[in-house]
Order: sequence, then C-alpha cells, then structure tokens
Amino acid sequence: MQPRIVNGVADRNRQDEGTQTMWDYLKLAGLGLVAVLAAIAANYARDLAYQVNALTVMLAAGIAFLWVLRTAGDPKPDLSHEYMDGVVRAGAIATTFWGVVGFLVGVVIAFQLAFPQLNFDWLQGYGNFGRLRPLHTSAVIFAFGGNALIMSSFYIVQRTCATRLWGGNLGWFVFWGWQLIIVLAASGYVLGGTQSKEYAEPVWYVDWLITVVWVAFLATFMGTLFKRKEPHIYVANWFLLSFIVTIAMLHVVNNMAIPVSIFGSTSVQVTSGVQDAMIQWWYGHNAVGFFLTAGFLGMMYYFVPKQAERPVYSYKLSIIHFWALIFLYIWAGPHHLHYTALPDWASTLGMVFSVILWMPSWGGMINGLMTLSGAWDKLRTDPIIRMMVVSIGFYGMSTFEGPMMSIKAVNSLSHYTDWTIGHVHSGALGWNGMITFGALYFLVPRLWNRERLYSLSLVSWHFWLATIGIVLYASSMWVTGIMEGLMWREVDANGFLVNAFADTVAAKFPMYVVRALGGVLYLTGGLIMAWNLWMTVKAQPAKSPVNANNAVPAE
Amino acid sequence: MAKPLKKEPRQVETTGHAWDGIEEYNNPLPRWWVWVFYATIVWGIGYTIAYPAWPLIKEATPGLLGASTRADVAEEIARVDAANAAIKEGLIAADLNAIGADPELAAYAERAGAAVFRTNCAQCHGSGAAGVVGKGYPNLLDDDWLWGGTMEDIHLTITHGIRNTTDPDARYSEMPKFGVDGILDATQISQVVEHVLAISGQEHDAALAAEGATVFAENCAACHMEDGSGDRAQGAPRLNDAIWLYGGTREAITQTVTYSRFGVMPNWNTRLSEDEIRAAAFYVHGRGGGE
Repeated sequence: MQPRIVNGVADRNRQDEGTQTMWDYLKLAGLGLVAVLAAIAANYARDLAYQVNALTVMLAAGIAFLWVLRTAGDPKPDLSHEYMDGVVRAGAIATTFWGVVGFLVGVVIAFQLAFPQLNFDWLQGYGNFGRLRPLHTSAVIFAFGGNALIMSSFYIVQRTCATRLWGGNLGWFVFWGWQLIIVLAASGYVLGGTQSKEYAEPVWYVDWLITVVWVAFLATFMGTLFKRKEPHIYVANWFLLSFIVTIAMLHVVNNMAIPVSIFGSTSVQVTSGVQDAMIQWWYGHNAVGFFLTAGFLGMMYYFVPKQAERPVYSYKLSIIHFWALIFLYIWAGPHHLHYTALPDWASTLGMVFSVILWMPSWGGMINGLMTLSGAWDKLRTDPIIRMMVVSIGFYGMSTFEGPMMSIKAVNSLSHYTDWTIGHVHSGALGWNGMITFGALYFLVPRLWNRERLYSLSLVSWHFWLATIGIVLYASSMWVTGIMEGLMWREVDANGFLVNAFADTVAAKFPMYVVRALGGVLYLTGGLIMAWNLWMTVKAQPAKSPVNANNAVPAE
Repeated sequence: MAKPLKKEPRQVETTGHAWDGIEEYNNPLPRWWVWVFYATIVWGIGYTIAYPAWPLIKEATPGLLGASTRADVAEEIARVDAANAAIKEGLIAADLNAIGADPELAAYAERAGAAVFRTNCAQCHGSGAAGVVGKGYPNLLDDDWLWGGTMEDIHLTITHGIRNTTDPDARYSEMPKFGVDGILDATQISQVVEHVLAISGQEHDAALAAEGATVFAENCAACHMEDGSGDRAQGAPRLNDAIWLYGGTREAITQTVTYSRFGVMPNWNTRLSEDEIRAAAFYVHGRGGGE
C-alpha cells in the first residue's frame, strides 16, 4: 500500500508540473502576442497619445514576457496556508507613491489658478491647467484611492475570511494591471488623449483594460469570500463587494463609446445631450458614492476597530445603514444637473434621494465614532486613532454638506462655484485621505513584520499638517464659493448683471493663494508619511517570528 | 483586597462572533437617528407629491403645486422685460446723441450697456474696457479711435463689426503683407520701420529712416497719410503717436509690415437687440474717449 500512495503523490506532482509548464507556455504566447500587436498599433497610430500608450503596452508586455520566461520551471512552494501579503505590500508602496504624486499635481494646479503665469508658454499642450487637472483628479481618486482600496480589500478579505486570496497570482494581475492603467491614462491626458468625461477621462482602449482588470478584481474578491473559513461575511466585506460590483456597472455604462479608428484614441459616445449628461453624473456621483464612500467605509469597518481594539458599536446599525446607503446613493446623480436641460422630475428625485441619504451616511459615522467609546483616552496617546477620528468627522461633515447642497435653492447659489470644490476636498482630503493614512500606518509595520512605526511624533506632525491644510482649503473655498455665487447673481434695479466673470475671478485671488498653501501643508504631510513608512521598513527591528502579524492564521 | 473590575461602559452583548479579533456589539439603532431618517423619508414623499417627480409612461407626475423651473425663468424674464419695455422703446426712438441729455434714459443706457459689455465685450476689450496692449484688442478708454469715436461711429462698429465674414456691411480694410508678398524687400522694410519709429518719436537710425521716408510715401501714405496720422475711413491706425495696437517696438512693427495684421470683430446685430447695441455704444462712448 505505502509505495503506491507515494507513487500516486509523485504522479500528481508530475501532472501539476505538466500543467504548470503548459500554463507558462500559454502566458508566454499571450504576452508575446500582446507585445507584437502593440508594436503594430504603435506603427499605425493616428495620434501621439495612442502611439505612446501602445509603446507603453509593448514595453509592459515585453517585461512581463521576460519575467515569465526567466521564472518558468522554478519550483513553486506551497503557500496555500499563508496569507498573500506580497501584493498588499506592493499596494502600500503604490498608494503612498501615487498619493504624493497626486497631491503634488494638485498643488501645482492650485498655484496655476492663483497665478495664471504658471501656465508657461513652453508647457502649452502638455502642462497647462487643462491637461493637468484630470491628471490630478485621476491620480488622487484612481491611483491613490484605487490602490488604497485594492490593497485594503486584499488585506481585509484575507484576514476576515481567514483564508488566502483566491486565484493564485490573479491578485498580482489586478495590481500590475491597475498600475498599467494609471500610467496609460496619465500619459494619455498629458498628450491629449481624453474622452472629456469628468472622472472618466481614460480613452476607449484604457476603458476596456479597466473592465478586464476590474472583473479580475471582482473574481479574486468573490473567490476569496466563497472559500472563507468564517461562517459569516464581515461587514467590511459587504461594503467592499458593493463597491466593486457597482463600479463595474457604472464604468461599463458610462463608457459606452464607438472608436473612430482602432488605431486612434478618439471615440464617439453612444448617447448624447442631456442623456449623456445624466449618465455621466449617475456615474460621477456614484463614483463618489461607491468608490469614495462604500469602499472607504469598508476600510473604516476593519481598521478602526482593529486600531482601537474595540468591538464595532452596532451590528444592527451596520446592516440598516449599508442597505439604505446602497439603495439610495444610486438615485442621487441628478443633483449635479439642477437648473439645466434635465427635466424637473429627474432633478426632484435626485434632490429628494440625496436628502434621505443623510442619515444612512451618518450611520457609518456613528458606528465609527461610537466604536471608540470606552477608548477615548487613545485619542491622546495614539495619533493614528486621532487621524481616523478626524477622518470620520470629515466624512460626517461632507455627508451633511452634500445633501444640503443638493437642495435646489442652495444649489442655485453653490452650483459651478468653488464651494463645490471645497466640499469635494473636505471629503477627499479629510475622509478618504486621512482614513488611508491611518490604514497605511496600521498596515506597514504588520506587513513588513516590524515592531512599531519609525516615529509616532512624525505621525503627529502629519496629522496636524494635514488637518490644518484641509481647514485652510475648505474654509477658503467656502468663502470664495459663496462670494462668487453672490456676485454672479447680483443684478441692478433694471435687472442687469452687475459683475463681469473676470471681476469674480479677480476677487477670488487671495482665497486661491490660501487654498494653494493648504495644499502645500497637505503635501508636506504626505511626504513626511512617505519618509516615516520608508524608515519603518528600512530601520526598525523585525518583530520576533513568534505570533508574527498577531492575526488569525490562514487555515 | 481584590481590585475593582473595570466596568464596560455598555452592558450589551456582542453578536458572538469575531473576525480577525473584531467583534460587534448588538447595540440598538440610536433613536434620534431612526427618527431623523423617518422624517427625511416622510418629507421626501411629501416633496415628490408636491413637485414633478415620478416618471410614468408618457410624462412624469406634474406635482400638486404645478412647479416648473422653465416656467419660473420665463416668468422672471417676462417680468423684467415688461418693466423695461417703455424705456427700451424710448432708447430705440431717441436720437443717438440725445440719449445723454435725458437723465432717465442715460442712467438706463449706462447700466444696460455695462451689462452688455461685461457679458459680450469684456472677453477681448477687458472688463475695464482697457483692451489688451500689444495683442490687437483696442483700448476703449482713450481718445485714439481706429474707426471713429462718435456715437454714430461706435454704433455702426458694434452693429456690423469689423472684417468679419458674416455681415456684408462690416467695416473692412486689409493691409498688404509687404514682406510675405514680396512688395518690399528686407532692406526696404527695415528702412520703413526706422521711419515709423522716427515719426512716432522713438529712438531710430536716422540714415535708414531718411531712406524709409520714400518707401513710406510710396507704399504706406495712401492709407496712413503722408505724416502717418492715419485714416479713420479705412481703419488705418495713426502711426505718429505713442499708442500701438500690436506694439510699437522695432520687432513688432517689422512683424506688422512683413505679415500684416487682420483684427476681426463680430457683428453684434444678430446677437444683440437694437436697444442693447445702443446701450453698449452709449456705455463705450462714455468711458472717456467719446467724441
């Protein structure tokens, strides 16, 4: 009996090796084909953005080809009983890197608005405000925020399901695919490749790639959920799953377009006029709702109780506010189109659902803040908790401000003004930024198995710089937004407008300078964090191997 | 003696499960949260009954209040139009030069003209009407006029525009491209440029300028006049002063002579009503340079 079993195992091993070799050949053939096709595409390119993108794809496929070739046949250790943390480590590095890049571009364009001379002649067509603005928004939302979400999803789903990430190296495909998308989109914007849809600027072939990578992301996440060792699915995973599923739907519908040529970056939208506008803001608002809210609530539901070492405040509240949030958010888009060609009925629904959304949004804030009750003393001792609390506070503030601004009467003043910009940034810098910083400070020592962070006082510095930066940013935009709204609507006794547009621009100058300085503080905080995390990995002693990660083992 | 137990602030149970060490309390929903949530829902239902809201097959429910943002705008425009109707008629009927004499008419024309100017003219001429120096957008505050600065002249310019292709009555003239079209060679151009520098009182090369005077007389004087004082009938700018449309440096003048200039202004008669054009003319005329 005994030898036969051994032979059986050996046979299976050989069979596995055979499959592995086959799989390597397939990968090599696929990557080679992509590289050749990309080279052909670059040769026939009709515009510069397309050509540079095609060359980038060729290069990426070539590097991947060489890597697969060099590692083919290497023994693959059985890792199925360990968490897949390599991809999370890569995610932490990417999040930090893209964060700093995104903040930097933001500071540059803030100064370009205050001092238009900074749109230098030699930068025209590459580095003027119009080209850099989508670079900034995409870098912070999709590169910084997206990497933060992918990194956290992969970490949280493994820990709370007590199992390794599903799909072998699919997680790595998602990570590298996302970085390629970022590079293609960013280099495309600067060279003029854009769909001209706000927050959906990437051109048609990048949209296709996003779809493929996103489906792989969904598969990795769902696969891990399916093979979980825990009987129930933790609340963070509901939020993360709803975020992944909804973004897939939004992305596909909003980017329906027909390419003008397969060798060019230009495409024509399937819908037009007010229908296109409505779809765009259905997408745009739910990018906020599901990417920047639901996804980041998923992060909050894991990192806040972990860092506070306290149970979540209310399971019931988490269920009710989850379902209310995802049901209501999807209706709120039309509030971006009040007083436009959009019919009144759509406008009403957008406003009503936005207002009803107020409490479901605050459910997340209550659950986050109340989780800390009984641990309030940690606010004094733990700057990471402080960061998370301020983050939840800004979440609460923006989710009150948002419903208020969606009310038609308020919107008639706030729409098209800098108030909107201030609102977005108190949410983005305050909520998304701060919770991500908290997550990075939580993750990096654990992922690299370090005793502790390099410096808690640097975390404090980061906290104060970022907080003061946000306050400067938001308050200056409130002032200038309300001011320009009032100036635009000012009429004289005969009903004529009193101010020229240029008068409002001139009046905003001092507030633009304050805003840019707020951005500088926030960027400085980000750089301090990058340094702190780097030194944590480089200079801190490794933790004793016993009880490494102090987490539930992957079973 | 045993230490007192540190009491949990809440006595509620957890749900009895832990994920990676995270537990969940089974706290009830905060009452205020529930009531505010209900209140917004009730308000929302009421609002959608009162206002246009629910899409049906052919159209949406109109709402009990009969509200319509389009109707609101139309009504507001009609109200302002009605209030201004009489004075607008007065403005159209009045002799252009008599507007200033009637205080009520003048006050209206000033305000209306300012609004028209800020919306339509400020993009090129600046919100303060000072133009853009050296870029071909004339300053409207001074008394140097290309096509004339009387009320009639300004009114005609605004109505039909300059060198556009959309109005056959637009003011028109075209300076030859002396360099590009080979009318003058490089030497002649440098000579005539020195002459223009001389008559505008700038530092220049006297020898070249003397030669340039002949070139000027043969090629430029027909429009810009012998002494360079210009001709408003053709929109030929005055050259013997310090005011320049495209810049008065040696380089800028060389550029102008070589490649010519062709500044275009739209005709506003298709976009503005007669009373708006008159108001704008009155406003521009009153900026300081009106004749």
